Amino acid sequence: MNPTEITSQISNAANMLNIDKWDYGASFSNDYSVQVDRGAAKQLKASQKQVITLRVWNKDNLVGITTTSDLSETGIKKALRQANIASEFGNKNEFTDFSPLAKDPIQIKEVDKKNPLGIKKLLKILREAESKLIDSHEAIKSIPYNGLSESFYERIYANSDGAFRNYSKSQAAIYLYARAEEKDKKPRSSGSVKLGYGVEDIDIESCIKEAAKKTIAHLDYSSIKTDKYLICLSPEAFLTMMNAFSSIFNARSIIDGVSLSNKNSIGELISIPALNIYDDGLNDKNISSAPFDGEGTPTKKISLINKGKLENFIHSESTAKIFNTIPTGHAGLGSKVSVSPDWLVIEKSNECSDLNTSLVHTNYQGDFVYIEELNAIHAGVRASQGSFSLPFEGWLYRNGEKRSIESATVAGDIKYLLKNIINIENEKELTTSGISPHVWINELSITGDE
Amino acid sequence: MVSASIKSSEIRFGECNKKLLEEVIFYGISLGADFVELFIENSDNSNVLAEEDFITNVSPSFSKGAGIRIFKDKRDGFVSTNDLSKHGLMRSISQAIEMLDISKKTDKLIFNGLEKLKDYSKSKIDWLNEVPTINEVSEKLLLSTKSLKKDKKVVVRKGSYSRNWQEVIIASSDGTYATDIRLHQTVGLNIIANDAQYRSNGSRRYGSHGIPNEFRLWDHEKASNEVYESSMNMLYADYVQAGQMPVVLANKFGGVIFHEACGHLLETTQIERGTTPFSDKLNKKIAHESVTAIDEGLSEGAFGSLSIDDEGMEPEKSILIKDGILKKFLSDRAGELRTGHKRTGSGRRQNYSFAAASRMRNTYIAKGEFTKEELINSISEGLYCKSMGGGSVGATGQFNFAVEEGYLIKNGKLTKPVKGATLIGDAKEVMPKISMCGNDLELAPGFCGSVSGSVNVTVGQPHIKVDSITVGGR
Repeated sequence: MNPTEITSQISNAANMLNIDKWDYGASFSNDYSVQVDRGAAKQLKASQKQVITLRVWNKDNLVGITTTSDLSETGIKKALRQANIASEFGNKNEFTDFSPLAKDPIQIKEVDKKNPLGIKKLLKILREAESKLIDSHEAIKSIPYNGLSESFYERIYANSDGAFRNYSKSQAAIYLYARAEEKDKKPRSSGSVKLGYGVEDIDIESCIKEAAKKTIAHLDYSSIKTDKYLICLSPEAFLTMMNAFSSIFNARSIIDGVSLSNKNSIGELISIPALNIYDDGLNDKNISSAPFDGEGTPTKKISLINKGKLENFIHSESTAKIFNTIPTGHAGLGSKVSVSPDWLVIEKSNECSDLNTSLVHTNYQGDFVYIEELNAIHAGVRASQGSFSLPFEGWLYRNGEKRSIESATVAGDIKYLLKNIINIENEKELTTSGISPHVWINELSITGDE
Repeated sequence: MVSASIKSSEIRFGECNKKLLEEVIFYGISLGADFVELFIENSDNSNVLAEEDFITNVSPSFSKGAGIRIFKDKRDGFVSTNDLSKHGLMRSISQAIEMLDISKKTDKLIFNGLEKLKDYSKSKIDWLNEVPTINEVSEKLLLSTKSLKKDKKVVVRKGSYSRNWQEVIIASSDGTYATDIRLHQTVGLNIIANDAQYRSNGSRRYGSHGIPNEFRLWDHEKASNEVYESSMNMLYADYVQAGQMPVVLANKFGGVIFHEACGHLLETTQIERGTTPFSDKLNKKIAHESVTAIDEGLSEGAFGSLSIDDEGMEPEKSILIKDGILKKFLSDRAGELRTGHKRTGSGRRQNYSFAAASRMRNTYIAKGEFTKEELINSISEGLYCKSMGGGSVGATGQFNFAVEEGYLIKNGKLTKPVKGATLIGDAKEVMPKISMCGNDLELAPGFCGSVSGSVNVTVGQPHIKVDSITVGGR
């Protein structure tokens, strides 16, 4: 069934049920993935998925919602009926409407949509990658977590007011997490993830090299003394931290009382003036970009922190109405619409004269802890309190020499962290979750085994 | 030999699908598969959220789909689809056959048809009609959020309810043919308290399986009192000082550490990956002699209980560790095939879009002989972890868990509350340090995310003492 047919089917069913106002979001996908274990195919997987989320408004303008995978005429009618029943329990405290921007033009990135390679080719490529990674160092015994996948999907948004938009794209991903062991030492594990529009776009060699380099580098480890340390956060680690505390920018979180910000926080200095943060879902480097959000609002670039000051919040239709502004293209689709950032871009502002530019991770000779990757975000971040306590992979640098840290956590407070940035390096790096330079923090608590 | 004639061209729940299923399985076997399994699911779920004094979200959802798995030697191919027609299922079989590169049709047909249906759903047909209506749920959730309004410091009050109803048909080429209905209900309360620069959270979750009336019986007053007290106790707490120290872990959800740090390492999927340090430790000591640990799917009403697993096998009570000695691994069909460990009725999956894997069910440390007070009295300086938050385990077995509500222990007594604590370690080192187990075993529901998606589980333990562990803090 094509998007026009589905829209027409929903429209007809809604008419029969006397439902005047509705919208829907749909997703159709075909996914293929492989995993290997020392040359043997471990699990080969294919899936065909269809899911549709329908919202209806009743006579009192309250919203009800249903999600279903049954796109038959019966299935759609059942979903509309259930959404209508759910609308009786719609939120009387906050009215949701169509996005006023749901018919505005959207930018669809011109990228080549790839064709499926198929399971056999995926398997061949992953087998070769696994073999190369195991052969890269004698201590690498296995690649316990690995996978190569390709996905082909279409997303649709339409409503009873005539809005209709859709896009389709392809995406591929590889991940290789190696496990290395040496005699009388604990096993170590590290890895790499790469994305592309298709498998042929992915730099698999660099994924292998990166996974090998990181895993081998961590073989020579030692414990670290519990203390406060000068910290350098890798681009990936700083992006992880900012995404974990993105409720600071999130209007939904503010209304729900779970953000460190409030309605009047715009203009507040929340970090050093040298920091700029944007949300840029349409960035050319963002493989997962979507031209519109769950409510059909076009995706756009928005400045979140400008010279240290909070400049904008991200919004859905209903939060924008409460804040007397327009939606920003960050909504999910639900009876309670969620809001989340797309893809963060972090950079140094032009008010950076106070930074200590001698702090560059590749040549600084003093003592510091380099945090390469933060783990267990869901468990270690208290976004509503602003605190974090997170295990990490990283190195202790002393006199220009680096040694992998055996096991440690870093703890602190996001407000303290943002106000105690002492350098933002010049060079920005592309990661799977955004773009950022290395960022230095004056002091954070590290708990180690010593 | 199976008759090829079928009348029905699509799977219909609540009706006999035997001939259609046999034809699909026969098709896979005739194309050269060693084994064919069909998992067909119909689900009807509902979520309700109350915030402050309003219902802010009511979300029903429905889904139908099939997961088709084919084995050839020790390899497997898995295809999921929403198309439950004969054509759709056979197309999925062909796709799985192609994935595994099976080109040679088999000479001997190793499928003798499906056995007589084992219908585990008989007494459960009315469950969906017996669960509380949205109206009932909404009213009780609003009562619970109202109960949390005890103080002006309480700035966020939330109550959430989730009901998952699942009807499954499982059929495979070894003759397995079974159908079942599952019903899981959970209710959770969350609170944020705020006073000037101080902030604290409190949360509790309750859940059951197979008890339609459970939510009606839920004591929301007691639950809201617990959450409120926890949040108020932690509001002005200082950050804990990091270091090595003895800890006492509370019962119920304290068992999450055993689940995450040790339980996962006793699943055959971990043996297959080579990521468990215990793969060669069967019948060897891996824990302190005071530790006996069990995983089972049988406790009535428990969140991880099941009549059959997602491969059609009745669950067993698996004694994983007996007096510190490793006795058993949890195994599914693929685990038995690849590691030799017998199936334990532990093949589980989130839904039809995942292949089953060996997963925990109700997992707990058995009760010991001590009182909670005796455990605390045995420590001169340490930490009491009354309520645990989430955690994670890395690829090398290292774990990290947040302590949601903690108190310092000094000279055998509980003293001031502390926040920001995390427990860090690895199972191999920590299991021998569990030196005392209390006599107050209790279970708590949870969701476990792993290779086959998110499944309902129970964790549990009595109060336990760990002689020394790294506590992360500031």
